Amino acid sequence: MTFIPQLGAGWSTALAASLVVAGSIFSTTSFAGPTLDKIKERGAIKVGVGTTPGFFAPDDNGRWQGFFIDYGRALAITVFGDPEKVEFTNSSPQQRLPALQAGEFDVLLSGVTVTISRAFQLGFHFGPTVFYDGQGILVRKDLGVNSAAELDGATIGVQSGTTGELNIADFFRKAGKKFTPVTIEETGEFINALETNRVDAITQDSSDLVGKRTQLKKPDDYVILPERLSKEPLAPAIAGGDDRWLEIVNWTVNATIQAEEWGITSKNVDEFLKSEDPAIQRFLGVDPSLAQSIGLDPKWAYTIIKAVGNYGEIFDRHLKPLGWDRGYNRLWTDGGLLYSPPFR
Amino acid sequence: MSVEAKHQPGLTRPGIVRRTAAWWGAWPVAQMLVVAAVIALVYLLGANASATMQRLGITPGFGFLSHSANFEIGESVIAFKAGDPYVRAILAGLLNTVKVAAFGCVLATILGVALGIAGLSGNVLLATLVRWYVEIVRNTPLLLQLFFWIALAKALPPPRQALSALDALFLSNRGVYVPAIMAENFTPQTFWLLGLIAVSYGLFLFAACRRSRLGMRRGLLATLVLLIATGFALPATGASIGLELPVLSGFNIRGGHNLTPEFAALLAGLTVKFSAAIAEIVRAGIQSVDRGQWEAARVLGLHNGQIMRLVVLPQALRVITPLTTSSYLDLTKDSSLAVAIGYPDLVSIINTTANTTGQSFEALAILIGVYLALNLSVSFLMNVYNRRVALKGVHVR
Ligand SMILES: N[C@@H](CCC(=O)N[C@@H](CS)C(=O)NCC(=O)O)C(=O)O
Repeated sequence: MTFIPQLGAGWSTALAASLVVAGSIFSTTSFAGPTLDKIKERGAIKVGVGTTPGFFAPDDNGRWQGFFIDYGRALAITVFGDPEKVEFTNSSPQQRLPALQAGEFDVLLSGVTVTISRAFQLGFHFGPTVFYDGQGILVRKDLGVNSAAELDGATIGVQSGTTGELNIADFFRKAGKKFTPVTIEETGEFINALETNRVDAITQDSSDLVGKRTQLKKPDDYVILPERLSKEPLAPAIAGGDDRWLEIVNWTVNATIQAEEWGITSKNVDEFLKSEDPAIQRFLGVDPSLAQSIGLDPKWAYTIIKAVGNYGEIFDRHLKPLGWDRGYNRLWTDGGLLYSPPFR
Repeated sequence: MSVEAKHQPGLTRPGIVRRTAAWWGAWPVAQMLVVAAVIALVYLLGANASATMQRLGITPGFGFLSHSANFEIGESVIAFKAGDPYVRAILAGLLNTVKVAAFGCVLATILGVALGIAGLSGNVLLATLVRWYVEIVRNTPLLLQLFFWIALAKALPPPRQALSALDALFLSNRGVYVPAIMAENFTPQTFWLLGLIAVSYGLFLFAACRRSRLGMRRGLLATLVLLIATGFALPATGASIGLELPVLSGFNIRGGHNLTPEFAALLAGLTVKFSAAIAEIVRAGIQSVDRGQWEAARVLGLHNGQIMRLVVLPQALRVITPLTTSSYLDLTKDSSLAVAIGYPDLVSIINTTANTTGQSFEALAILIGVYLALNLSVSFLMNVYNRRVALKGVHVR
C-alpha cells in the first residue's frame, strides 16, 4: 500500500477517536481497561507498523511478514487464542505517535525507541525491548567517506518524527560540525532523496537502513558507516492508562524469550508437554493453575511457541537472511541482553 | 448640531429590538437549539480531550513553547539551530510558509493575468495553448504536480557537475545557487542614513500621489536612481556591501543564496496550479465587461492595448479581485502540502513539535490559529484593495 501524506491524517483520526471515546465514557463499566475492552469489542488488535524488509513487509500475497509482525500475531494469540485476529497498518514515523495517543492503534510494533520523553510527555508505556539497535548512517560509496566525523558540511536526509532526527542534531552539535538536514516524512521520498543524490547520506535506525538498502536499485553503491550514533532499544509501545494490556504485551514478549532459554521451539514444543519440570508445566499450561489465576488461557504460551516460535526462531526466520547477527540480541545466558523475568 | 444630525436624510439605524430580532431570524427557538448543540459538542470534545490527556498523564498547556527544540531545520528565514526554543522553530516554519505563499501569490498572479489575457488575444494558436494548459493544470491533483516538480528538481546534475553560468549561477539537484548581496558592518550612521532615505522617499511618494503627477515610469526611474545612490552612499558610513558568489567546496556548493529543490518545487507547483485558476478568473472578468465598452472605446480612437488597460481592466477588476482573493487563500492553505516533499513549512514543524512534546492538542490549536490569522490578513488586505477598485475605480494615467 502506498502511503499518501496528508495534512493531519492523524489529526482527523484524533478527532474521530475523541468522539468515539466520548461516547464510551458514558457507556463503559468494565475492569479490563479501556484499550483491552476496545480490542475485545472489535475482535482484533490494531497494530501500527513500518515497511522495512525483515521487520515488517507484505509478501507477494499481500500478507504481512516480519520480525515485528510475528509479535503482533503472538499478541493476538494471548488475547484471542488466534494469530489472525490482528490488523497491521502502515503509518509514517511522524503520524504514528499521535495516532497511538489518539487510540487509533492499540500498540505500535514499528521499531519505536524507548525514550524518557515518550514515556512522560507522550504518555506511553513500553513492553520489553525486542531489538537492541543503534542509529546508523547510509552513504554513497563514491563520497569516499569512512566515518561519520568526515561528514562535515554534508546534506543528510532525516525522517521526521524519528529519534534519528534528534540524534543527528546532537551528534553534529557535540562534534562542533555542521550539516544540512533535509527532513522528509514519507518513507519512499526519504529513500528517493538518497538515490537521486539530493542528499549525501540518510540516517535512521541501522535495522531500518539494512532493510532499506536491499531495496535500493544499486545496493552496492552504498555503505552503512561503522558508527552507531545512539542507543535505540526498540520495544512495543502502547498508550498509558491500561495496566492489564501492558502486562499482556510484557509477558507475550517474555514468553518468546523464556521459551528460547528453555530450548522450547515450535518443532519440539509438543515433546515439552511431557516435561517433568514444574515451571515448564506451568508455562505450557500442562498445569493450568498459573494461567487460571492470572485470567489467561492455559494454552496461551504453548500456542504462541507452536505458531510463531521462540525469540531465536523469529529472529532467524526474518533477520538472518538479511545477514543480521544476534549481537546484543542474544540471551543473557549467551552474553546478550535478553532476559525474561520468571514465569511463576 | 446633534439635532440636525438626527434629521439627516438617508438610512437610520434600526433600534436594538429590531436588530436583535433580525439577528435571531424567523425561528429563534431553532436557532437557540443549534447554538446550544454547538456549545455542547465543543464542551464534549474539550472534556474528552482533557480526559484523554489525563489518562496519558500529559499536562495541558503551552509551557513547552519555551523548551528547547532539539532538531535542525533545513532552511529558515531566521537563524535557527538545534537547542533554540520551540516558539522559534514554529516561527521559522511560519516564515517558510509565508515566504512560499507570498512568492506564490505574486508569481501566480503575473502568470495568470498574462495567460488570461493571452487566451482572449484572438490568436487561435495562443488561445488553444492556454486552454490546454489551464485544463491540464486544473484537472490534475496538486500533490501529483508537486511530485512531478520535485522529481524534476532532483533530476538536475549533482553539485560537482552542476550547470553553471559565469561561475555565479549554479543549477544542481541541491538547488539553484545565485550570488547573494551581503550588507555588513552597519554603523549607527548607516542606520541614520537609511532612516533618512526611507522617510524622504515616503514623503516624495506621498506628495507625488497627492498631486497625482507621478507616472508609473517616472516613479520607477526615481526609485531606481535612489537605490543606486544609496548603494554608493552606504560605504561612506563604514558599511560594506558586496556580492557573495556561490563556490563549490567539499560536498556542496557554499555561499551565495540557495533556492532549495523543495522550495523551488513547491513554488513552481503552487504558481502553476494557481496561475491556471487566476487565468480563468481573469478571462471571466474581462468577458463580463460589456461588448459596448470595447466598441465605444474604439470609436474614441483608442487602440486595443489602451482599451484593455484604460477601459476594460478597471471594470473587470471588480469581478476579478474577490475571486482572486479566494485563490490566494487556497494557495496559502495548499502550501501545507509541503510536508509531502520535505519543505519545512509550518505544518511540518508543528507535526514534529507535536511528535516530540506530546502536546498534540496545543500544537493543533496553534496550527489552526496561525492559518486563520494568516488567511484573515490576506482577506483583509484584499478587501481593502477591493474597496478601492470597487468604489473609486482605478487611477489610471
Ligand atoms: N526508532 C526510531 C525510528 C523508528 C522508525 O522510523 N522505524 C522504521 C522501521 S525500523 C520505520 O518505521 N521506517 C519507516 C517505514 O518503514 O515506513 C524512533 O522510534 O523514532
